[in-house]
Amino acid sequence: MTDWGFPFGRLTLDAIPLSDIVTAHGRTELLSGITGSAAAGAAVLGALVALVIVTWKGWWKPLWSDWLTSVDHKKIGIMYIVFSFVMLARALAEAFVMRMQQVVGHDGGGIVMPEHFAQLFSTHGTIMIFFMAMPFLTGMINYVMPLQIGARDVAFPVLNSVSLMLTVAGGIILMVSLVLEPFSTGGWSGYPPYTEAAFNPGAGPDYWIWAVTLSSLGTTFTGINFAVTIYKKRCPGMTLMRMPLFTWTALCTSILMIFAMPPLTIATALLALDRYLDFHLFTNGGGGNMMNYANLFWLFGHPEVYILILPAFGVWSEVFSTFSGKTLYGYTALVIATMAIAVLSFTVWVHHFFTMGQSANLNAAFGIATMLIGVPTGVKIYDWMLTMYRGRVRISVPMLYALAFLFLFTIGGLSGILLANPTIDYQTHNTLFLVAHFHNMLIPGLLFGMIAGYTMWFPKAFGFRLDEKWGYRAAWCWIFGFMGAFFPLYALGLMGMPRRMADYFTGAWLPWTVVALAGAGLIVLAFTFLLVQLRVSVRDRARLAVPVGDPWDGRSLEWGLPAPPPEWNFPALPRVEGRDAFATLKMTGEDLGPPDDGYEDIRMPKNAVLGPVIGALGTGLAFALTWYLWWLALPLAALVPVVLIAQGFRRDTEKVIPAHEVRETWRAFRALAARTPRVSRRAEYTRDNRGHAIPMPQEAAE
Amino acid sequence: MSATQTRHPGLNLGSNHQSADDRAETEVFGFWVFMMSDAILFGLLMATYVVMRPNTNGGPGPHDLFELKSIFIETMLLLASSVAIGFSHLALKHEDRPTKMVIWLVVAMALALAFVGFEIHDFLKMAGKGGVPQASGFLSAFFALVPLHGLHVSAACLWGLAILGQLARYGLDDGVKVSMVRLAVLWHFLDLVWIGIFSLVYIGGLA
Repeated sequence: MTDWGFPFGRLTLDAIPLSDIVTAHGRTELLSGITGSAAAGAAVLGALVALVIVTWKGWWKPLWSDWLTSVDHKKIGIMYIVFSFVMLARALAEAFVMRMQQVVGHDGGGIVMPEHFAQLFSTHGTIMIFFMAMPFLTGMINYVMPLQIGARDVAFPVLNSVSLMLTVAGGIILMVSLVLEPFSTGGWSGYPPYTEAAFNPGAGPDYWIWAVTLSSLGTTFTGINFAVTIYKKRCPGMTLMRMPLFTWTALCTSILMIFAMPPLTIATALLALDRYLDFHLFTNGGGGNMMNYANLFWLFGHPEVYILILPAFGVWSEVFSTFSGKTLYGYTALVIATMAIAVLSFTVWVHHFFTMGQSANLNAAFGIATMLIGVPTGVKIYDWMLTMYRGRVRISVPMLYALAFLFLFTIGGLSGILLANPTIDYQTHNTLFLVAHFHNMLIPGLLFGMIAGYTMWFPKAFGFRLDEKWGYRAAWCWIFGFMGAFFPLYALGLMGMPRRMADYFTGAWLPWTVVALAGAGLIVLAFTFLLVQLRVSVRDRARLAVPVGDPWDGRSLEWGLPAPPPEWNFPALPRVEGRDAFATLKMTGEDLGPPDDGYEDIRMPKNAVLGPVIGALGTGLAFALTWYLWWLALPLAALVPVVLIAQGFRRDTEKVIPAHEVRETWRAFRALAARTPRVSRRAEYTRDNRGHAIPMPQEAAE
Repeated sequence: MSATQTRHPGLNLGSNHQSADDRAETEVFGFWVFMMSDAILFGLLMATYVVMRPNTNGGPGPHDLFELKSIFIETMLLLASSVAIGFSHLALKHEDRPTKMVIWLVVAMALALAFVGFEIHDFLKMAGKGGVPQASGFLSAFFALVPLHGLHVSAACLWGLAILGQLARYGLDDGVKVSMVRLAVLWHFLDLVWIGIFSLVYIGGLA
């Protein structure tokens, strides 16, 4: 090869969205160019503002040494969630533009060109799945799970940082694609042959391939890390059947990640071979087999939706139990149901392409398997309802989300049972009915769950509650916004409106798309309220402070620690006697301190630069490969093994926290707890809640 | 902890390597889990190969391209290298000095590199007969799977070199010991994958 692509490869000025304005013919092209340029401008401006603020405040050093190179599972968890909020903002904006287009695009035209619209739904789906939902739940598990099992960190702290940075690298590539166009137009599932070089020779599908590959590698490592942590790092007495349900769902999700991410890696890697080296794996000609891609992709894609939903089920279990003041109803049934869902999730992938030509018998088998998943999920719904039964239910913000979830998720589940029937699927496939269905599962199921978990554990991470007034406002907007945006899509789907449609000429659809746009507006408002809530809460943090760390009368170990917990989590590894370990401890008036003051030196992992370095290499490599900058790609690829080998030579990887520091910290915390008045559940949302709860049975007895 | 308790599946260090054995419990178990994930990777590529096998697109097929003699030599080389890595691990477990471990590791690496050499020779010969990945779906699937295994073997050799470097720098410390155990797990795993490739790709292709 003589062409090294120096210096710009196939990158030309056309890649800048402004060029769409210059070359525009007609109103829609002009508006489309303006929309794209505005989005790119917002991305550049956002990055610049962030850089200026960090420089202005002198935050580079703390950012580097306290955050980016940190291997503390709590900080990594927080970084994951911050990242997912940023990506959520972008994907939400895209959703709003698409809803807008489907209103103004009636009778043709509108504000974005079909090509641009296709990029919007491709990035929207890719971001929401890989760079919003996955980081959100990974961050949540990262923060909470080690605390719930009485561990000091995950099993492989440096690998944890690498996983984070690989995910962020994929996100950066997506953000770059906003400024240097185009992104893929092949949807979040990137089906060939449409995404093959023959039909789509540009940079778009390559952006998609590398962004998704980076994310899938990161997620595989995350799954391994979490599973090993749960198997090997539980504190004494924390048997599997004593683990909080959130940890159980984390375990099942990790197992799914370990087995379901490789098919995605294979699918994207083989597609890359086709595009870069003229292989014939999924091409039309040359003996390619595009159905193999559909199988590989959905072999990942279906377990993926359970990777997404199971941690949310874990959050719901904690929410229902905590805010009903009761132990979880049907713990064993919930564990079995979670495992059953995890196993069944590998047996249903064909239902994503019932119409793609396999035999009716095969479809029937997969249809039945799909309906079967409704059984364990139904068990869960009943268990959560029975957890509330005869409990002292407080309609807190997380509980409001949870109640909305119960109703809305059941509706979504019922539409799923409809779609599981191949004969019905033939009528509704590729319509907005399907879009309504999976948003109906993922928004009330996953996203509400994540926001509920964020609301519940935020005080643990930062030492103050999130302002409840804005919390309720955001929750109601999310709930009604969701219903407004997606219930009309069921109707539209049944009326025959295909998904991914930029313009149409059927007048009967218009009223429904207008309602959906209004719903989308309400969702944008809900997201804004979440940001306002964060701002208000930071401002009023003195009023909302809960330093004793147990604002909700929690039941699992993490609530027995200060808020925020020290880097080493536990003063001594706890010894657990049963389920709801901290609730039991509270009743006897004890705490998580070591018996007989047996403090010991604690060894903790030191910061590591491997994560940021791998992240930077991954970003650079993905960009170079996308734009054919071979001169850059080659040295970056060669650096990867060099960096890994150098990591192997690191020996001084641990630091020691002296016993006296642990003792002082814990004694100061206990002294604070001793002089802080306890709070009853009635005063949960008042200034009196300093995080020192009266255990529910004691309060009930008074 | 009783002396005979095994801390993780497969090759163990044993209790006289106390601190290294403690570390191995998590790290080697984690590596096993990683191998499970890698096994899915290879399994799917094998499935892809089986699906694509008939799609020769009018180009050369298995009978035109595969030579069992060369494949047999490669198999023997790889199996022998697995035996050598086994001896290397036994030396690590039972000897105080690393000399025998190093010798057997070098032997294993030499055999594995010979394997890779023969494999590259095979690929070049196939290319000479028109057996390039661009020729057909069958060959695409072949070249997605088999060289990936060869790449794994080469990476394992590179890792072996890195471990020798660590040994020279730090002596036989816990880090080196645990890395050796993981390397041995990878080595045997790659052997198993090759058995799969041998049976499915070559024997299956010629059947």
